[in-house]
Amino acid sequence: MASAIVARAPILPMLVRQTGAEFLKLWRVPAFSITSLFLPVMFYAFIGIGQSKQQIFPGVSFGAYFLASMAVYAVANVMIFSFGISVATERGQKMDVLMRATPMPPWVYLLSKCITALAFAAMTLVVLFPFAYVAGSVRLEPSEWFTLAYRVLLGSIPFIALGFAIGYLSGPNSAVAVINLIYLPTAFASGLFFPKQLLPQFIQNIAPYLPLHFFGQLGWDAIGAPTDGSVTTDWLYLAGYGVLFFALALWAYRREEGRKFT
Amino acid sequence: MPLAAQLIDATKKYGAVEALKGVSLNIELGEVVAMLGPNGAGKTTSISLLLGLRKPTSGKAQLFGLDPSDLNARSRVGVMLQESGIPEMLRVREIVDLFRSYYPKPMVRDRAIAMAGLEEKATALVKQLSGGQRQRLYFALAVCGDPEVLFLDEPTVGMDVEGRRSFIERIAEFADMGRTVVLTTHYLEEADQLAKRVVVIDRGVVIADASPQEIKSKVAGKRVRFTSGNLSDGDLEGLPVTTTTITDHRVRLLTNQPESVLRELFRKGIEISELEVSGADLEDAFISLTSHKAPE
Repeated sequence: MASAIVARAPILPMLVRQTGAEFLKLWRVPAFSITSLFLPVMFYAFIGIGQSKQQIFPGVSFGAYFLASMAVYAVANVMIFSFGISVATERGQKMDVLMRATPMPPWVYLLSKCITALAFAAMTLVVLFPFAYVAGSVRLEPSEWFTLAYRVLLGSIPFIALGFAIGYLSGPNSAVAVINLIYLPTAFASGLFFPKQLLPQFIQNIAPYLPLHFFGQLGWDAIGAPTDGSVTTDWLYLAGYGVLFFALALWAYRREEGRKFT
Repeated sequence: MPLAAQLIDATKKYGAVEALKGVSLNIELGEVVAMLGPNGAGKTTSISLLLGLRKPTSGKAQLFGLDPSDLNARSRVGVMLQESGIPEMLRVREIVDLFRSYYPKPMVRDRAIAMAGLEEKATALVKQLSGGQRQRLYFALAVCGDPEVLFLDEPTVGMDVEGRRSFIERIAEFADMGRTVVLTTHYLEEADQLAKRVVVIDRGVVIADASPQEIKSKVAGKRVRFTSGNLSDGDLEGLPVTTTTITDHRVRLLTNQPESVLRELFRKGIEISELEVSGADLEDAFISLTSHKAPE
């Protein structure tokens, strides 16, 4: 019999290559890369700069507050879009079938997508933070910049799972529409664009339970703005949503496996 | 010889449709095997079972004695599938490098690209490739891991004659390195040129498994081809004809007694032009093997 010693390719170089490929795939689609990097900056320029010096809470300028809002918006945006659309497109083009026939473990593919999404998310912050500093005259303590950055990156992980679930549940042509229908309204309802007090009452009633609301609170708290409840509660709710989204993603993934690969 | 791939009484149902009805197949290392059959015969299903992309409803599929979804088994196999996509926004050499990283002992990148004849397109994006170039890229991805066994599902589909000819040469070149090649095709001349063994599948069953020569010899006699404007099916009744296909006005039949068949047709006043009588080839054998089961 053939020997079983030859075994498999080393995982780390495979993961590096796969991540590089995932990154290039997204980077070379301007509809994704330009939009993710510059849309938050553009919103910041339109909404944030004009009144950036206005104090909305003691010691908190609108410029800083809106920076936290846009950081949350930008990062969640990358997670949902990069995952949702690329997974839906690749399913549509049956790339997953060829990948499945190779000796690459499926988790390498998923992990490389997560790393790529986090890299893009970090890049949006690298563009947004200096812009807010220069154009919005936002001055924060070094620890506040750091807290904002790590909280939005860590807090974005549940949204990876949401993007993944959408990618498996919707088709390549409907993914963009589904994402916009879910993501944009909840971003508004969670107060990322303007204060919740301006929203209709029924939305104000739902808003405090939306995942982006808790994510937003983590951002606002990082720059010293007062928020409802404690940061621990925000993390717990977000973790709960994370579990929910991962369960949904796993179910969607299994459903697809059952259809295509049994 | 150790077995590269094996199906043991494998069946596969998709809902109510029975795609494979108990197929057994042993493929030894170093063999070049062509699986032939009409569309929907079960060729792609057989390949999918051997690759672990699908699970048999009953029976068993094995690669190197392992479960085909075992990554140790897959590390020794290269694959070209029908209707599978690759990222449009990667360059040829980037995606070849990506696939090389999946395998323990890959080929040098440029060699894989050269084997597929894509040297001039190495820096092109996938989306800039023509259909034929894409097929060649899939071939590069299939061989870049320097696999012991190559599975090719309809590798030349959609190619022109010249493209197919040079592609067949590339596959032959790989087989000449002593590797195992399993390909499905409905082009008989491909099977004849490449394979030393032809497995004919029809309606989920293996109906022949032999060398191209043996399969040809199963069909004794001559092939008669002609064009006729006034031939109807009834005219051939009672004649010593084994198989007939009529497309438009082009008639093709197999017989051991071409002279008496033609005499009878002339007597009936059938118009015959562009007459050709020759020895039966693999395609005739194929039609003769499958037609009694699947009449057009």
